[in-house]
Amino acid sequence: MGMTIGEKIIARAAKVDQVKAGEIHTIEVDRLMSNDGTTHLTIDMFHNDLKHPKIADKDKLVFIMDHNVPAENPKTAAAHRKMRNFAKEHNITLYEGKGVCHQLMVENHVCPGEFIMGADSHTCTYGALGAFGTGIGCTDFLYAMVTGQSWVLVPETIRFELTGKLREGVYARDLMLSIIGMVGANGCNYKVMEFAGEGAHNLDIDERLVLCNLAVEAGAKTGIVEPDEKVIEYVESRGRKAENLFVSDEDAEFEKVYHIQLDEIEPVVARPHQIDDVVPVGEAKDVKIDEAFLGSCNNGRIEELRVAAQILKGKKVNDHVRFIIAPASNEVYLQALEEGLIDIFMESGAMVMNCNCSVCWGSCQGVIGEGEVLISTGTRNFKGRAGHPDSFVYLGSAATVTASAIAGKIVNA
Amino acid sequence: MEQFTGKVWVLGDDIDTDIIIPTEYLALPTVEDMKQYGFSPLRPELAGQIGEGDIIVAGKNFGCGSSREQAPEIIKALKIKCVIAKSFARIFFRNSINNGLLLIENDQIQEHVKEGDVLDVTLGEKIVHHGASYEIQSLPDNLMEIINAGGLVEAMKKRNGVK
Amino acid sequence: MIEKIISRNIGAESVTPGQIVTVNVDRVMIHDIFIPFVAEKFEEMGFTKLWDPDKIVLIYDHMVPASTVDDIRHFKIGDVFAEKYGMKHVHRSDGICHQLMTECGYAKPGNVVFGTDSHTTTYGCVGCFSSGIGYTEMASILGTGEMWVKVPETIKVVVNGKLPDNVSAKDIILKLIGDLRADGATYKALEFSGSTIDEMTVASRMSMSNMAIEAGAKCALFAPDEKTAEYSNVELSDVDWIYGDKDAKYCQTITYNAEDLVPVVACPSQVDKIRDVKEVEGTKLDQVFIGSCTNGRLEDLKAAAEILDGKKVADYVKLIVTPASRKIYQEAAKAGYLTILAKAGAIITQPGCGLCCGRAGGILTDGERILATNNRNFLGRMGTSKVEIYLGSPKTAAASAIAGKIVEA
Repeated sequence: MGMTIGEKIIARAAKVDQVKAGEIHTIEVDRLMSNDGTTHLTIDMFHNDLKHPKIADKDKLVFIMDHNVPAENPKTAAAHRKMRNFAKEHNITLYEGKGVCHQLMVENHVCPGEFIMGADSHTCTYGALGAFGTGIGCTDFLYAMVTGQSWVLVPETIRFELTGKLREGVYARDLMLSIIGMVGANGCNYKVMEFAGEGAHNLDIDERLVLCNLAVEAGAKTGIVEPDEKVIEYVESRGRKAENLFVSDEDAEFEKVYHIQLDEIEPVVARPHQIDDVVPVGEAKDVKIDEAFLGSCNNGRIEELRVAAQILKGKKVNDHVRFIIAPASNEVYLQALEEGLIDIFMESGAMVMNCNCSVCWGSCQGVIGEGEVLISTGTRNFKGRAGHPDSFVYLGSAATVTASAIAGKIVNA
Repeated sequence: MEQFTGKVWVLGDDIDTDIIIPTEYLALPTVEDMKQYGFSPLRPELAGQIGEGDIIVAGKNFGCGSSREQAPEIIKALKIKCVIAKSFARIFFRNSINNGLLLIENDQIQEHVKEGDVLDVTLGEKIVHHGASYEIQSLPDNLMEIINAGGLVEAMKKRNGVK
Repeated sequence: MIEKIISRNIGAESVTPGQIVTVNVDRVMIHDIFIPFVAEKFEEMGFTKLWDPDKIVLIYDHMVPASTVDDIRHFKIGDVFAEKYGMKHVHRSDGICHQLMTECGYAKPGNVVFGTDSHTTTYGCVGCFSSGIGYTEMASILGTGEMWVKVPETIKVVVNGKLPDNVSAKDIILKLIGDLRADGATYKALEFSGSTIDEMTVASRMSMSNMAIEAGAKCALFAPDEKTAEYSNVELSDVDWIYGDKDAKYCQTITYNAEDLVPVVACPSQVDKIRDVKEVEGTKLDQVFIGSCTNGRLEDLKAAAEILDGKKVADYVKLIVTPASRKIYQEAAKAGYLTILAKAGAIITQPGCGLCCGRAGGILTDGERILATNNRNFLGRMGTSKVEIYLGSPKTAAASAIAGKIVEA
């Protein structure tokens, strides 16, 4: 019987010919990523709870400090030091302040067909390159780090058959928020969201990253876009091999298939405090904002910065809005410097942060106060996510966020 | 002249404003919230030990560093009666006067007092310690006016006719 | 020089040190940490309007970007106060207050300026009498436009000759603080002159006037010259009265020969604990910081970029760079310095006080060691009380970041 992309990747990792949804398999993990959100906890367990602490394969490990970088208090500094010393001792690849973990993984490590676990829910991002990335807790991480293996319950796959192209002024972010609005925040619980069809191939890598990154917000175990030439080009241009490009078989079994016309998608926002409370921007029009944020593993790439710069050029950010921009990685920052985007941001009155999780993480920089409203390109709008428990987060595209920062209220770009 | 006695806490030279109250606590809503962190980088337990009417005896350049007025306010909130030091930093000195915290300059007593000793102070005249007497000066008139008004806020209230 | 500025301000023929006078304030600066307290005291004192809204500058810098939800309260109170009393000069994310005060021309030669921050002495770099005060006093100035001061005595500091390549203005001021000690200039004015000072940029003079408070000084003055006039956008002929007369009285004169100076650092945890870099060479570092109102200007970033060009920050060492203002950030971006620094592995942050004021931007923990270009290394300033802070020049900082330990540039 045919298999879906997700099943094929699991079968490869489990070293079996065939897997079926509902089966549990032991798999070899191709890569493991952990960030400063939890690595110190994993390290504590490694030292305190294991009889024979050892690392299965240090070359599979990547440690990334991005959530609280640079540290905003001695407590996070201590967690960082623990992580740094451990990486040093075990010769583990370590990034400190070089960007958001998922962006760095995509830029430097992820290959198509790999099964990757990360101690962060948005590990599902890697599906943009045809990999199976999924978030785990630190106990799972510890097990995988020590054994090189993990277990996985093969998920059902829900296929999103995309056709056509997004209209001018409509972005992948609008598409994915619309899909989440349609299926609901748990609509794909423990499923693989597979994006395929001519419409999916029309999307560039940066747009695919946006789709896969937010898959977890629909409850999915991961999101995967059917890999193609664009993936090969991206991966090879970065000196890596694109060997395992899996596509679903014709007779593969899908739990459900959605058909989505890309040209029907319009700019949307997710309203507080649920990500699936998605409405056209017009319905949130004129909501006064205190802060705007452009960045995160979802939307901090050069393509989004270009969109923002085009809108901001020659304009000023509203006096009563703090517009915070955090490039997703040092590479993105350098590119933006070269293209003059950073200058446009600075000239407009926006703040440019060092590349990290920034406002999306809500505990290190750019937090919002009591009763404040934020419009953000971050990944989540949970209550209190960006600061005070009594504050409000709207999610929108880079264009919507930027236009709103200028207007001082939510507007269509 | 006012006279009082108090138990001594001994601190060294160059007690800076970051020691008196670290920057990370400056956004706490009130001085009452902050006072538990007073002197915490140097002696974390000190703020809890200080009692009403106690006296700080320190070396030179007390209060050097930032202009944060929380520094004298916290010392006052800890109910310290006065600070005796060899010398005071300029901004801290002004801030203390403006907040009605009593400062006394004396550069001899430091080598004699130990923590826990009791001092007998007569303002503008002398400090008595174990029977030995140390002379102290009174403040210039313009500063005494502010202190006598109960601090700068009160002085300005008077000027603006506010009760 | 200070006597001339005060005399002209109060319309007197002359003043003498020790005299208590009431000055007319030309400009004041309030920053985000203290605005709630200033606002509260101002109203408590019974004032209903500002003496002159145009002369008041409000700058958010210590808490930008906000790292705790409480920070936002300060912005809100500031915004409400500014709106209620008609203040126009509000900077919400443009950089560090002291940089903006001279950069935007708020503090000009001959002015009398006060700020709710000890490093307000900075504006002496353009021949402005500026000093830090507390928020109660600030509240009273906002209502009256006046403040009493005791005319300070002056210490004359003369520096002659050409500085060695690896020695900067920062090394001179650190050396001076080491010689004067942390209280050596308490309630005194510092007045700088000599051929080295004449050759210096306004930016370099600024790193020196900025740190005068670390020796306890009330202010630190540099006589305006062509460079000052251009920087402050004034006619030199309007400000050339600001200089120390040949027969002026000084309570002390200190002279340095620039050729004899070497790179120095302030060792933990006193600013006056000065050692030659050579003496502490090899001290291992966890972090390096280039920024602050002392050394976050274009020439500082340039100096660091020249040293870091094509090089890498040492493994497991973090280099944090915080330009002092939005304008400097943009200039550094255009000049390519930020590209060089980011390629070398630096973490470049939004302009603001950042790490220097210990609220965010690279806080450290027990047993860690940092070399920083800012102005204070007090116990606990950048994290716990078991953090060791060394202060040095941007050149020393950049070279040390590459080496991962303290070295001479």
